[in-house]
Amino acid sequence: MHADWQTYRQLFVAGFRRQTAYRLAMFAGLATNVVFGFIRSAILFAAVESAGGELAGYSAGTISAYVWLSQGLLGAIQLTGAAEIGDRIRTGDVAIDFTRPVDVQTWHLAEDLGRAAYSMIPRGVPSVVVGALTFGLVMPATVLPYVLGAVSIVIGVAISFYCRYAINIVGFWLLDTRGVRSLYMVTSTFLAGLYVPVALFPDWLHTLAYLTPFPSILQSPIDVVSGQVTGLDAVGVVGMQVFWLAVTCLVGRVLTTAGRHKLVVQGG
Amino acid sequence: MMADVLEVATGARPGGWAAPYKAVLASRIRAQRAYPAGFALDIVGSWLVGLTEFGELFVIFHNIGILGGLDFHAMLLLFGLSNLSWSIADMVVGHVDTLPTYVRAGTLDAFFLRPQPVLAQLVTSEFSLRRLARLTVGLVTMCVGLVINDVTWSVAVVGLLVLAIVFGTAIFAACFVAAASLQFFLINGAELTNTFTYGGSYASAQPAAIFPTPLKLVFGFLVPVAFTSYLPTLWILGLPGPSLLPTWLVWLLPVAAAWSWAMALLLWSWGCRHYQGGGG
Repeated sequence: MHADWQTYRQLFVAGFRRQTAYRLAMFAGLATNVVFGFIRSAILFAAVESAGGELAGYSAGTISAYVWLSQGLLGAIQLTGAAEIGDRIRTGDVAIDFTRPVDVQTWHLAEDLGRAAYSMIPRGVPSVVVGALTFGLVMPATVLPYVLGAVSIVIGVAISFYCRYAINIVGFWLLDTRGVRSLYMVTSTFLAGLYVPVALFPDWLHTLAYLTPFPSILQSPIDVVSGQVTGLDAVGVVGMQVFWLAVTCLVGRVLTTAGRHKLVVQGG
Repeated sequence: MMADVLEVATGARPGGWAAPYKAVLASRIRAQRAYPAGFALDIVGSWLVGLTEFGELFVIFHNIGILGGLDFHAMLLLFGLSNLSWSIADMVVGHVDTLPTYVRAGTLDAFFLRPQPVLAQLVTSEFSLRRLARLTVGLVTMCVGLVINDVTWSVAVVGLLVLAIVFGTAIFAACFVAAASLQFFLINGAELTNTFTYGGSYASAQPAAIFPTPLKLVFGFLVPVAFTSYLPTLWILGLPGPSLLPTWLVWLLPVAAAWSWAMALLLWSWGCRHYQGGGG
């Protein structure tokens, strides 16, 4: 029943290759990221300056790193709530998917990781470069944050995928998941720390945010890569991410099993 | 029926030129009430979007007292004005961003055959009531902003508010049309057009004093969204403007709106000419 590692590796490559067909879309995404990055940098620079040069542990240089890393990761983490599985449930194609000798959730994960990996080339890296050239940013000078950061980013992308998968699986019960998806997009972007870093939140909102998997998708990888948290603290942050990875994966699996029982295949 | 067709064909329309638009819009509004549950969820969703944007403002001012020369109270007025004008524009013309769907499906050809301008048909192709939710967020914040700040009421202040809402909406509407025009060229690059619409809205809700010079030029003059809310806020509160954007510029709001529309319509006609049709 379960496919081997090779199959998932090929699905990963397929997900990567598929994106190479949409170069213009990637460029458009980059341009959008950059414009929003400019506006957000201006706001947060002014905020740091107004606070006297230091704001919730950020300096002008590190808050700039936060802005441009988050703009760069936006393409990879996809907070929009859309996932292909949603379309396949709506059209009924999912019935065929269940008969294939692969695990449906892991299959879509492999493809999504491929998609995310590709987006780092035309969107991720250029965003950070533009930020460095225009507003300037401060990044760690040692290797360790980048190594741990890379792990953290991959986990973040996977958590984001598992969340979107779970949201879309709800389509087994709801005819139209558009409403649920838009609610998800609004909450997740805010609590993931896309508009303002979670460290700036008031205590109650800060606590609330960390009770959800959302900071693990964006804020945590950025904290680790940019060296905002280091040493054992950084390992702790990644540990927290692993916890949310397990939780969101499990929720998706339980929902898939339940949805599968509800699925009625008509005709043949 | 035949008589109607003839009248349209000869240009003599019963009930004046606006009658066909009215009939179309009324049917769109009726259609949205057909699915009350989806409609309610949509309303909650749009309302939440406004709320999170306000949340960003709230979180920033939880940490600091002044941003770009404006305090929290002044920011409420700025945020409210920007959101109000933008959501009116979004309600009236926001759906022109569905253009690529028509282009891709080849159904845009039909628009060119009908006896109404293509842009007018797209604008009346929907009138989304759910966008009223965003509008209320803007309206409430603006009113709170007007009450909470020490506004010296005069005819000029009321006049400026009306001017800001009318021409501010026009500027945002022009952004939507300009963005849609680019869609003729960028079928798969729809995200780029977000820079005009959502980017413009986002920039307009910030005190432009925080922008470095290039951004001030872009959002002050090229895509003049600073006119929609920032300059009116400065004038109403009697605050001085930053370099490049003195407060008195606010009275040039109609000029900024005219410039935006000239650019938007130019892009639109350019896009229409570029359009090749779907064949068939």
